[in-house]
Formats: sequence, C-alpha cells, structure tokens
Amino acid sequence: MSLSVSLTVNGVAREVALDDPRVTLLDLLRERLDLTGTKKGCDRGQCGACTVLLDGRRINSCLALAASCDGREVLTIEGLAQGGALHPVQAAFISHDGFQCGFCTPGQIMSAVGLLREGQAGDDPERVREGMSGNLCRCGAYAGITAAVLEAERQLSTGERAEAA
Amino acid sequence: MNRFDYVRPATIADAVAAASEPGTAYLAGGTNLLDLMKGGIARPNRVVDVTRLPGLDRIERLPDGGMRVGALVRNADLAHDPDFAQSFPAVAEALLSGASAQLRNAATVGGNLLQRTRCPYFYDPAAACNKREPGAGCDAQGGDTRLSAVLGWSESCIATNPSDFCVPLVALDATVEIAGKAGQREVPLEGFHRLPDGAPERESVLEPGELIVAVRLPADASSFSAHARYVKVRERTSYAFAVVSATAGLRIEAGAIVAARVALGGVAAKPWRARAAEVVLTGERPDHTLFRRAGEAALADARPRGENGFKIELARRVVARALALAATGTPPRLPALPASPFAPVPGVLHA
Repeated sequence: MSLSVSLTVNGVAREVALDDPRVTLLDLLRERLDLTGTKKGCDRGQCGACTVLLDGRRINSCLALAASCDGREVLTIEGLAQGGALHPVQAAFISHDGFQCGFCTPGQIMSAVGLLREGQAGDDPERVREGMSGNLCRCGAYAGITAAVLEAERQLSTGERAEAA
Repeated sequence: MNRFDYVRPATIADAVAAASEPGTAYLAGGTNLLDLMKGGIARPNRVVDVTRLPGLDRIERLPDGGMRVGALVRNADLAHDPDFAQSFPAVAEALLSGASAQLRNAATVGGNLLQRTRCPYFYDPAAACNKREPGAGCDAQGGDTRLSAVLGWSESCIATNPSDFCVPLVALDATVEIAGKAGQREVPLEGFHRLPDGAPERESVLEPGELIVAVRLPADASSFSAHARYVKVRERTSYAFAVVSATAGLRIEAGAIVAARVALGGVAAKPWRARAAEVVLTGERPDHTLFRRAGEAALADARPRGENGFKIELARRVVARALALAATGTPPRLPALPASPFAPVPGVLHA
C-alpha cells in the first residue's frame, strides 16, 4: 500500500510517497526530508525533543502518524530563523545559556515558540515552567531556559507594541 | 509496531463501517494509541483515522443551557474556551493538570475517555496481564501495587483509569454520545467505564465499531461554577499522572451547602463518583470537620492491596482539600500550577 502525503514544511510544499503507514511525522522529517534538527529522544511522547509546530501548535511529532498530517503545515527548528537573523527565542537561548549539550534544544525552542503563541504564560516564571514541563533537559539547563523564554516574551511583546504603534 | 492498514473515512457512517471488523482501532490525537502500538501493547490490523470527520470539533452551547463538546475538540482548546472554562472551571483545571502542553494540543475529548491504564504490568509485554491478554493472570497482584486501585478492583485486575478530565465530568453528570451501526445512543459517563470484575479487557460499554461523537454537560452542572476545584497529587508537580485526585463542586446558599458533587481519580478502573460524600455535605455548613467526614464517606468501601494502603488516607485528605478549596471559591484565574496541592491559596488550612 502506498500513501501520498502532502505537507507544507517550513513554508515549502512537499509531497512524500509513503510505502508504510507506520511512519511518524518525526521519522518523515528526519529520514525522508533530511530535516534532522528535530530530535528523536524517547520516541514515546515523554521528553519533548521532537516538538514541532503543526498548524501553528506545538505537538510531539513522534506520536503523530505522518499520514494523519496530510495537508497540514509543519514548522521545524530549521524554518525558524529568517535569512541570517535568528528568531528571538533562538537568540534568547544563546544569551541566557539555555542549554548545555544541546540535544533537547530544538524541541525546547519550538516548544517555547508554541508557548509564546498560546499567550497563556505571560511574564510569570511559574507559568513558563509549567508550560515548558513537556520538555526534559538532562543537563538541567532549566534556569537558563526559563530566563530565555521570559526574555523572548519581553522582546516579542515589545516588538508587537512597536508594530501596533 | 505491527503493520496495519490505514484508512481515513470522510463520514461518521463510513468510519463506523470501516471499524466494524475485529482488530480495528480509531485514531484521533494518537497520543495514547501510538505509544501503545510502539510498545506492542496495541496491535491493530487496521487504523481508522477519524481526525477529518466533519462537525466533531465544535464546542456548542445548547438551547437548554447545557454544553456539547465534539469528540475531536483538543484538550487545550476546551480548557481555554472562555465560555466552557467559566461554566465548568474544575473541568478546565483537570484538563490543564494533565500531560504536557504538546500532548494537550493533540489529545482529544473522545480519546481522553478511552485512554488505557498506566499500570506498569499492562505496559510490560513480559508480565501477565488479564487486561492485555484475557486469562493470562495479573502480575500486579502480589507485585508492586503502590499506585494500584483501592476501590472497585477484583482479583483479575487492580489497574486504575488515568484520566483527569473524566473526574469532574462524572461529578457533573456528563453524558457520552455514541455512534454505531444501529445509529446513535447515549450513555451517562458514570456508566460508561466498566469495573474489571472478571473481564478487565472490557474497559467501557462501547461495542466493537462504536465511536464517541460528543460529550454533553447538563445546564445545572454550571451551577457549581463559583465553588469548583480539582486537586491532583502527583509524584512530581507537573506532567505526571495522578496518585490520587479529587474534584469538589459546591452550591452554597446563605452559608449552607445546598448541593455538592465529589468524585475521585487514580483510585479505581473508572472515574469514581462519591455520592456518599455528597450526602454527608448536603444541608450542612462548610467546615473542616465536615470535609473530613466527607472524605471518610468517600473511601468507606476502599480496600488496600499490598503497598497501596496509603492511598486510602491520602484520598480522604485530597477530598477534604478539594472541598476546602472549593468552599473558598473558584479563583478568577487558574493557578500557575493547575490542581497542584503546592499552589498557594491564602486562607485555606491544610486538610
């Protein structure tokens, strides 16, 4: 059985023929589209390393069948920077040392982008920590991650205010 | 993961027809099913993807004041729907205390009702489990029962239902709308999940091929909105299943409780409505002695097995805490740590 899956990945329309319906969105990104920025950690929805935005919302790509994502829009870590300019969340992770080994970082950053879009946490560190609890960091860079998310939230809300003015 | 056929029907009738053969699984958010398939615990021959069925992603206010939530509404969307969260704040709090933000963005209402137990023996293909393989035995009995059920368990199975969402739903008399080959039917949520008895593999009253299409809350369920909470004790503050949880809803008039709702999670194979506790509370003035008595009534039939006796006393205290928080009043905004016993609440004494 062959399945054809159409996806918009980082703004580019992609058509993938699947020979096997067992392929997850994570494996499709990594193994078929060579987008290896999205990481495979636990592969069971427990660690958050595979976080991407699907139709603008953060999900665990290891628990999504690629076939079920047909017609949807995916944003991965590779699609975040605009030209040479880092996304404010990426820049904030660097300036606040929001990582050590870096393996969980693409998932952390995509999760933070999703959290900021959801707009529930605001500038409350406790709400940021709660909202980021689906992303584990075995190096324990949580303090820097929280500071980076709060910094990005300030940057983005200042930017939005400037745009509105 | 075993190989399977993947189909994506366009109508409910086509979905039900596609799922009528044995060995079929419905796929919605996939957050539980794919995990089970990767572990070899669920081995469907056919996966029926219901995510494109039209009309199942709506949250509707009904003419009688009740609310109808489509089976494909995502957990996060429901928790953040302003009208829903204001009417049923304990349901919103329960949803936000479950899983992670990523999982809540994917997981659906229907899938939440059908999630499988987190009993470690169910997840271990090398262990005997009557739920996974009827007649195989239950290695949990006599094994590690620390997190196992204390209410409604049998010699065949001591697993718990892990849902947070279902706990306030069962307290508020929710109804499940089901589509099947013979048309639609409705079941009260309280009668939807089955206790294990001798057949723990049958977890709900769904017949093969039947599909949940919506969950409905009656109009009077929102009359508890001013005094409604969910409390969930976990082994870490966030992103963990309940050891024990409880919801409390009170209607207080002239200083007296005129109506009460209490239900527990993490204690049985189904969300556990505690009607005996509601009887204790009704007509009384809210205070800590009363809340303690309600907790004792809720656990009157509890039986420990092995190491889980602590859950009985813990559950009594979680009921009393949920009642104390509910009596204080629903906060205008949910705490940063939803349902956490560590969220500070001024004026509330520890149970």
